[in-house]
Amino acid sequence: MAQISVKPESDVPIPASKQGNLSRLKRQWDLQLMVVPGIILILIFSYIPMYGVLMAFQDYSIFKGFLHSPWVGFKHFEMFFNSPEFFNVMRNTMVISLLKLCIGFPAPIILALMLNEVRHMFFKRVIQTITYLPHFMSWVIVAGIVMSLLSTDNGSVNILLENLNLVNEPINFLSIPKLFWSILVTTTVWKEIGFGSIVYMAAIAGIDPSMYEAASIDGANKFKQIYLITLPSIMPVVIIFMILAIGNLLNAGFEDILLLGVNPVLREVSDVIETYVYRVGIQNSRYSYATAVGLFKAVISVGLLTMANYLARKSGNSLW
Amino acid sequence: MARLQLSDRLMYIAIYTLLTLLAFLTFYPFWNALVISFNKGIDTSMGGVTFWPRSFSLENYEVVFKDKRLLNGFGISVMRTVVGTLFSILATSILAYGLSKRELMGRKYYMVICIITMYFNGGLIPTFLLNRSLGLINTFWVFIIPGLISVWNMIIFRTFFQGLPQGLEESAKIDGCGHWGTFFRIVIPLSGPVIATLSLFTAIYHWNDWFLPSIYISNEKLLPIQTMLKQILSSNIMTEQMSNMDSAAQGQLAKMQSVTSKSLSMATMMVATLPIVMVYPFVQKYFVKGVLVGSLKE
Repeated sequence: MAQISVKPESDVPIPASKQGNLSRLKRQWDLQLMVVPGIILILIFSYIPMYGVLMAFQDYSIFKGFLHSPWVGFKHFEMFFNSPEFFNVMRNTMVISLLKLCIGFPAPIILALMLNEVRHMFFKRVIQTITYLPHFMSWVIVAGIVMSLLSTDNGSVNILLENLNLVNEPINFLSIPKLFWSILVTTTVWKEIGFGSIVYMAAIAGIDPSMYEAASIDGANKFKQIYLITLPSIMPVVIIFMILAIGNLLNAGFEDILLLGVNPVLREVSDVIETYVYRVGIQNSRYSYATAVGLFKAVISVGLLTMANYLARKSGNSLW
Repeated sequence: MARLQLSDRLMYIAIYTLLTLLAFLTFYPFWNALVISFNKGIDTSMGGVTFWPRSFSLENYEVVFKDKRLLNGFGISVMRTVVGTLFSILATSILAYGLSKRELMGRKYYMVICIITMYFNGGLIPTFLLNRSLGLINTFWVFIIPGLISVWNMIIFRTFFQGLPQGLEESAKIDGCGHWGTFFRIVIPLSGPVIATLSLFTAIYHWNDWFLPSIYISNEKLLPIQTMLKQILSSNIMTEQMSNMDSAAQGQLAKMQSVTSKSLSMATMMVATLPIVMVYPFVQKYFVKGVLVGSLKE
């Protein structure tokens, strides 16, 4: 038996009963010791909260605890659907995430296509270095910088507009509900465009150069080459990321909205599911209700992801 | 290269112009914040400070570095980043090494337990209530323990460990090393690049996170700098804070009436950004690899 254990990958199947699972376990106790503590941590910090989601169907109170709080069925879900905020929250979530998808999804692809055409390596590296940087900054810093740029207290944007004689008085951009979605989407695209392009750059780098040679011999100009070779070649990557993006359609964003939408005037346009969960859950301590809202979002997200994957499978690029 | 067609030349001009514009739009906001932080606050509020400091001064930074609360926040951030990264990388890589061994009993079940957490989570409120009932609120450990294992990093580690040559580990085993000995003496020294990449990403997460402390920490002495910065920005408590400062700092401030809340918050922001800018060259060296490993695995 000692000999067998030296080569555990042996193709000869060892009947489990003969070997004795317990003695095998004993022999690899040090290996088990590497895994079990980590698994226990995951069970505690990921699985207990998953189980805790059930409190969406309870009237949870801290005094009674999870085990003794009364079950109330779908009460909190109904409350959410009938709440005055429901329409605004759902509208903002959908509009903001659709805007982010429509602008934020193609933007890195276009950037990658443009960067790929740059022939001066130094220029390319400078552009990459600068555009990747905002991704690594915290949202607090980015929001602070945006607030400073847009501030009425001599923010650069107001200085520019005044110098161009477009406005007479500085505009307080972050207190105008109409402008909030544009500012928010611009900022997120600005922050992530460079980093998002890395994946597409890598996909483009994998294209066989002889295809371009053949195309240019056939007289295709650069634009045609991009349209007919580069784009179709990176399509599988694009579709995978599209599926992920559709699965995330209800994640309109959280930190960015929380930080840029500080002004209470903006609540009507800035309230999305996640900020709503945060506000009613953490700040107002309505735990069961907030969990129900979060669960509602999670269920729809899983549905969206499944649907998107079904469509992708039909087109031949499935995620799983 | 062959002569370019006219349409190609036009396209190149458009591409170079657009990219330059994008780089400018990305760079200018940071540059402007830096300029304001080095400009006299009162001069900034007269307007027109854009590309270059008009009256250069270090007094914003002097005030920031004399504010004990901000310094304390900076210290907490450093501690959290160092301890959090170290522990998380250690715990995650040990788990990954164990899971990379085929002879591990129950390996399939362990993997399923891990992978499910990548698709589902309990959400904000149940997690919050769990951490509260574990007594993690207002302790330093809330930064470290709940995020000790990152399943995402674990899978990257595991893939890397599986690709290591088996011969080295076997010879270590013959020399009498157990799994732990092999891991620390053979595997870790061979894993430099992957450890560096994942440590950088973990460290950046810890440094940048402001939200977790904003819900778990009410004790001011435990607030990291990003969370303090968030409070400063959202309520502009900077002015209030200046009047709350200890007398020595207030004496300093009396001498420097030209400091404004805007110039101060810009200086604080620059201080909070500095570590990121410092590690950025290393990040650039590694992150393309990191992103690719992550995206190829899923």
